[in-house]
Amino acid sequence: MRKETLERAARAALPVTLPILAGFLFVGIAYGIFMRSLGFSAWYPILMSILIFAGSMQFVAGNLLTQPFDPLNALLLTLLVNARHMFYGIAMLEKYQNLGPKRWYLMFGLCDETFSVNVSAEVPEGVDRGWFYFFVTLFDNFYWILGTTLGALFGSFLTFDTQGILFVMTALFLVIFSNQWMRDSNHIPALVGLGISFLALMLCGADRFIPISMLGILLCLTVLRPYLEKEGRI
Amino acid sequence: MSVSQTLLTIGLVMLGTLITRYLAFLLFPAGRSTPPYVQYLGKVLPAAVLGMLVIYCYKGVSLGGPLHGPPECLAGAVVVLLQFWKKNLFLSLLAGTGLYMLLLALL
Repeated sequence: MRKETLERAARAALPVTLPILAGFLFVGIAYGIFMRSLGFSAWYPILMSILIFAGSMQFVAGNLLTQPFDPLNALLLTLLVNARHMFYGIAMLEKYQNLGPKRWYLMFGLCDETFSVNVSAEVPEGVDRGWFYFFVTLFDNFYWILGTTLGALFGSFLTFDTQGILFVMTALFLVIFSNQWMRDSNHIPALVGLGISFLALMLCGADRFIPISMLGILLCLTVLRPYLEKEGRI
Repeated sequence: MSVSQTLLTIGLVMLGTLITRYLAFLLFPAGRSTPPYVQYLGKVLPAAVLGMLVIYCYKGVSLGGPLHGPPECLAGAVVVLLQFWKKNLFLSLLAGTGLYMLLLALL
């Protein structure tokens, strides 16, 4: 492994993760403050951000920890809340295979933000693809732990309004979705994702629409397979 | 909850998260041929899942109200239009987030 290869990959990865730096710092700080407000010492949120690295599930886990011990419920709830990650895995199979031992870390760090950057990244010429993915994952992971640590240790001193800045995450997903749209020759998969998820949200509500959306998307794409695969439409 | 129960619960949340992230890679390891159906899903899921993530971001937004569409929708539309037009990540993010914060402050 040459040092230049790593350096070039890190340099290419850093700018695309900067929006996530902004988002993760704020959400991470909010998470640290949230856990302290539940009565936990600073070690708990920091430990959880290192071990779990899944934003929305960690907030759920914070609530779980204040309730009576129920291990089975904790495991099942995690599988449900994080079920969307299974789809990320399928989407990244081809990209993450054959990348050597570092692929195990790439899989560990496959959160919403890292997934959306890596799945749609056009890795610049002369930059090692695997190490680019690696540094995107590493930087995002670091921002999350940093944000949590700041919130857990110094949260009580902070009194700013974070509501507005959180929109940067929504904006990031919109940009990535737009980029994917411009690159795709066929927009049916994107429309299926938008349409089914919107329907599921309207019908089932914000708390449980994700698993329903996943089933609906899977069903639709399966039914559409003969059409989409004909004459190389995808 | 005792300390050991707390740590065990954290461990189980970690385990559940690991399962969801590793499952596809463990079921379809490199070197062995992936079934054509799964290969097909690998091609069409990225766009579909990104669509789902967009809806996921908007799940807390209530439609309607006096503004006929909240600031999230207006700022979101600006982000998408700018990205299609200029294809500049930072311009789209700054303009969208700036507009959103402005709308929040004004409304």
